[in-house]
Amino acid sequence: MSAETEPLLSVRGLTKHFPVRQGLRARGAVRAVDGLDFDVRPGETLGLVGESGCGKTTTGRMLVRLLEPTSGSITFAGRDITHGGRRELRGLRQDLQIIFQDPYASLNPRHTVGRIVAMPLQVNRITPPGGVKKRVQELLELVGLNPEHYNRYPHEFSGGQRQRIGIARALALKPKLIVADEPVSALDVSIQAQVINLLRDLQRDLDLAFVFIAHDLAVIRHFCHRVAVMYLGTIVEIGDRDTIYTRPQHPYTRALLSAIPDVTTLGPAGRIRLTGDVPTPLNPPSGCRFRTRCWKATDHCATEEPALTTRDDGGQLTACHYPESGPVGMPTGEPVEVSK
Amino acid sequence: MSLSPVEGAALAEIESSDQEPDEKKRLVGRSPGQLVWARLRRDRTAMVSGVVLALFILAAVAAPLIQRLYGVSPNQQFGDLLDATGMPLGYVGGVSGDHWFGLEPGLGRDIFIRMIYGIRTSLLIALGAALVTTTIGVVLGIVAGFLGGVVDSVISWITDVALALPFLIFALAVVPTFSLRFYGPRDAVPTWFAVTTLIVVFAAFGWTGTARLVRGQVVSLREREFVEAARASGAGLGHMLFRQLLPNIWAPILVAFSLAVPSYVTGEAALSFLGVGLPESVPSFGRMIYRSIDYLQTDPAYVFFPGITIFALVLAFNLFGDALRDALDPKSSR
Amino acid sequence: MGRSEAVPSGEPDRPEVPEQRSGDGPYLQVRELRVRFDTEDGVVRAVDGVSFAVERGRTLGIVGESGSGKSVTSLAILGLHNAKRTTISGEISVGGRQLVGLREEEIRRLRGRDMAMIFQDPLSALHPYYSVGRQIAEAYRVHHPRAGRREARSRAVDMLGRVGIPQPAKRFDQYPHEFSGGMRQRAMIAMALVNDPDLLIADEPTTALDVTVQAQILDLLADLQEEFRSAIILITHDLGVVSQVADDVLVMYAGRAVEHGSVERVLRAPQHPYTWGLLSSVPSLHGDADADLVPIPGNPPSLINLPSGCAFHPRCRWADVNGDRSRIEVPELREAGQAGHLVACHLSAADRERIYRDEVAQVGVAR
Repeated sequence: MSAETEPLLSVRGLTKHFPVRQGLRARGAVRAVDGLDFDVRPGETLGLVGESGCGKTTTGRMLVRLLEPTSGSITFAGRDITHGGRRELRGLRQDLQIIFQDPYASLNPRHTVGRIVAMPLQVNRITPPGGVKKRVQELLELVGLNPEHYNRYPHEFSGGQRQRIGIARALALKPKLIVADEPVSALDVSIQAQVINLLRDLQRDLDLAFVFIAHDLAVIRHFCHRVAVMYLGTIVEIGDRDTIYTRPQHPYTRALLSAIPDVTTLGPAGRIRLTGDVPTPLNPPSGCRFRTRCWKATDHCATEEPALTTRDDGGQLTACHYPESGPVGMPTGEPVEVSK
Repeated sequence: MSLSPVEGAALAEIESSDQEPDEKKRLVGRSPGQLVWARLRRDRTAMVSGVVLALFILAAVAAPLIQRLYGVSPNQQFGDLLDATGMPLGYVGGVSGDHWFGLEPGLGRDIFIRMIYGIRTSLLIALGAALVTTTIGVVLGIVAGFLGGVVDSVISWITDVALALPFLIFALAVVPTFSLRFYGPRDAVPTWFAVTTLIVVFAAFGWTGTARLVRGQVVSLREREFVEAARASGAGLGHMLFRQLLPNIWAPILVAFSLAVPSYVTGEAALSFLGVGLPESVPSFGRMIYRSIDYLQTDPAYVFFPGITIFALVLAFNLFGDALRDALDPKSSR
Repeated sequence: MGRSEAVPSGEPDRPEVPEQRSGDGPYLQVRELRVRFDTEDGVVRAVDGVSFAVERGRTLGIVGESGSGKSVTSLAILGLHNAKRTTISGEISVGGRQLVGLREEEIRRLRGRDMAMIFQDPLSALHPYYSVGRQIAEAYRVHHPRAGRREARSRAVDMLGRVGIPQPAKRFDQYPHEFSGGMRQRAMIAMALVNDPDLLIADEPTTALDVTVQAQILDLLADLQEEFRSAIILITHDLGVVSQVADDVLVMYAGRAVEHGSVERVLRAPQHPYTWGLLSSVPSLHGDADADLVPIPGNPPSLINLPSGCAFHPRCRWADVNGDRSRIEVPELREAGQAGHLVACHLSAADRERIYRDEVAQVGVAR
């Protein structure tokens, strides 16, 4: 492999278990993330998509080291950062930043915008050429805000503008990779597109790598080069965007795509209906975790966990014993939970 | 079923929906502090009690100046203005152009100037005690709340123990013992020592409330994403505690402080009344009221002036504290 | 709703309320609804003259962003507003009964029995200390005072089963925290439907849910509607959800209706620039993924300080087509192109058609 494709971020066997206690005794663990493997190359955007409880947010927090992984490794720019302390991580923090979901909770209401955006510079004791104020104003301009608003407080801004402030803060240290945790899901529809376009422009202009976490497959499609679909703490399918959206192999990916209500079709959309809810990660199903909601599940699925590998000559990696083939649409194979 | 869950949720929802525009209104360039000030300005109770407080503080600070203008010192005795039984001559306890609030029966000292100095002592002790308790409470609360775990358990346990100790009995036992330890039974205890002892006693008990309050606030704030953003940027503990969290809990701290002060004013008066507070030579409300009780029937004015003043002081502080709470968090009331 | 007054808007008392009395007409008829809140910072015109009707067995989707007045409209219909600070005027008639000006107690009697609501967040709408089944049974007994405990219980179990909760008799005694998100929303729906309401208002019923569960719930709502023939108002920000289940669509912006018509017309031949903006800014699963989305510029306005004229004009790319008119004059809701399709825009029909064909459809909607 050439140096160009050397991954910027490399995750192997990443696991996070939250112990559940009753009194002092451990009662088991919530297996929020259970053995993830993926790479992100410089300037590449990887989408992590899945439903609530799939572990995508936990993964994002482990990547920026807000949470301590239970096991596995995170390698960033050639350095193992899995268990580094604050001092060891100092240089790394600058290259790895996060954008949060909630534009209201993510900005300190008692700080001015200037102070919020300058915070990463301040805590790392960095004085950029031309001074902090000049850099902050450049950043505000970069994200489409008026640099004159330097002295205003967050409460004077709308949700979309606040999210831009959060983005400016993440950019302050000129990071190489940004973890964006549902950056648009709390915004109004008409504002979402503004923020997605802004992130796309920044990604192209600054050659940023992104791990973009979202539950919305349509948003992911407009932003990411590659997509990883997660279910109950594991990746069930990962591949290039076009492969995942046009020829998905995992039944869950198909169901997810089919469930999205799309404006371009009137009337009940999609034909695959999953029954039931996502099982609890406290006690995930044996074997393939999706089997309890899958229309193709057999006894084999209950006993053996499918590995994430290339299947049926697809361009992606899929963790399924009975992968689907052909373009997205009607599922193939066994009886289908079909409605209408 | 008075309120079905559905209705409850709906009411909560409409509450939030009509609060929303508050947030939306563009008040260009105004900091949260300026918004609070604007709200305080509009609140009549706050303004009146604020002005009263300002007058009290002014009187306390300017006591020596007042003494010079008034021309009477607090320990000066006017025996010639008392009758043979020690009661002040004239009406209403000897009120006159020279002695505005009259004279003390017995010793014949001027009540007005003693009260001015009494305010000074009271406010000094109350503000000092409130400052110390708030500082202790904030530091312990913020550390317990943010770090959690063992630190939190230990601090919470100490808080519970401190809360369980009966304050008055403790004060009655400790204060005299304390003085005896450093000064003989016959020695005059210096004023600074008595004042410090009182502040220490108040501080030993008073920090618990603030600590609990701050801990609760911090627990609800520490998972907020702006704190995580600071952590993700590599911020240290000090930055997160004092730059990120503290500015967000100023409001409840300020309210707790402004409500603590009047409780220490009455606390000091109570202890002085019980004889464990300040020495006789220091003008103090508690002492004055204690002495005046004997003359309740013969010289009611002696009870009236200090009584009404301490009442006004405490009331003004409490009203101002409440108004401050409303101004800091307009959604809490109504 | 003590202080809510029936202030006739504009014209003196409206004598004509002809067809609704009979019960054949629309079950819910809202006319010139205005809702105002008095706040510290000024008067908020949350809803400003909105009219619509919903017939039994049909679904109206109300679409808008936060602050558009869509949720306030529904709460006003149910009489769930804060009476102290809210002023309501206009007409709301449910099954021929005029609600504006009715006493709180009378509205309460209608609520739950004739009309019910499903909330976005079932966890906060269900009481944590009572079992789910008990809450549903309780909701039934409120409107059936003569029903015994046993009858209410069997009714609740029946409802839980009908909304697709497995083992309803066992689930009856469980508490909300023991239910998953989708199950809770089903329980909410069971509670809303326990009294056979003719009008069901669902405020963002699936926003808190995962897509696969959202699909189940939307199917469930459609099935139940077929069974109960109720009128449904579905409030959402998601045009995708509307396209799936609604018969009619009302697009709201800053407290006013900007477009109203059948779902086919509004989504296939939209007339208002705001609707165009919404449609072309939503990321889609089809079309060119690498093309930029076309956002609506700017931010939603403050309801205290609305822009003059057409409230959308500061964000509208075509506001200048008719000179200053959009800045000065509030556009009225008028018929556009086809009967029943209304739009509030100063652009002429010809202009709208041309702009949509040449500028909008190219980039967004037709993707």
